Amino acid sequence: MQVALFYILATLSVAGGLLMVGQKNPLAGAFSLILSLCSLAGLVAMLHAEFVFILQVLVYAGAIMVLIIFTIMLLNLKKEELQEAPVGWMRLLLTATLCALGAFGAIQVFGEVDPGQVELATGFGNIESVGRSMLSDFVYPFEVISLILLVAVVGVVLLAKKVI
Amino acid sequence: MIGLHHYLYLSAILFFIGAFGVLFRRNLLVILMSIELMLNAVNLSFIAFSRHATGDVDGHVAAFFVMALAAAEAGIGLAILVMLFRNRTTVQADDLTLMRD
Repeated sequence: MQVALFYILATLSVAGGLLMVGQKNPLAGAFSLILSLCSLAGLVAMLHAEFVFILQVLVYAGAIMVLIIFTIMLLNLKKEELQEAPVGWMRLLLTATLCALGAFGAIQVFGEVDPGQVELATGFGNIESVGRSMLSDFVYPFEVISLILLVAVVGVVLLAKKVI
Repeated sequence: MIGLHHYLYLSAILFFIGAFGVLFRRNLLVILMSIELMLNAVNLSFIAFSRHATGDVDGHVAAFFVMALAAAEAGIGLAILVMLFRNRTTVQADDLTLMRD
């Protein structure tokens, strides 16, 4: 059951990623990416990470993708503006080979990782345990992240304003 | 039985699909979305390591931080994109060569 679920979700996420990269229309690409992100959320849930699962659906598949789709619709691109400059076969071949080699190398390296079995504590990955870790061991990175988000919000408002 | 390897392989494949999108596509919107896919692939391996290798929730916290950074990156990237489109009416990376020429 778990094996079948893993393969279904993995296939969906890879298919969504490939569709996103291959499609000419960015709106269709954004919907393919949502498919990919939702199936990744399912995989995260299979790893007992319920807090990250909630965040993945809420923040990634929800908020960030809504932002991207909203921007695509705001730009209201016409057909000729979506037309990409024709690319040579050489470049396609070169990029594809480079990426395939990279993935192959990564798989070779990961094949040697063998951590053995791990016992999970009760409540592993729920909001309480992640929150405790975040606000005790990782409290300084947490504060830095909040500062970065504040700077990003101010920066985005400044950038998107017509007249400063 | 699904182990750590399966998740790491999937993560590598997704990461390089995203890398292909960044390198090959010229539409800035698609490049931004490909970066999101790459960040997600890394997140998956963080969580897989947390479940199968360390057994604590440090990987979940790292994934949370990556998500917060991805939100900031998406916001700023799209704001720059909108600004660019207003000034140059293009979203193609090939048309933006001011710094190169």
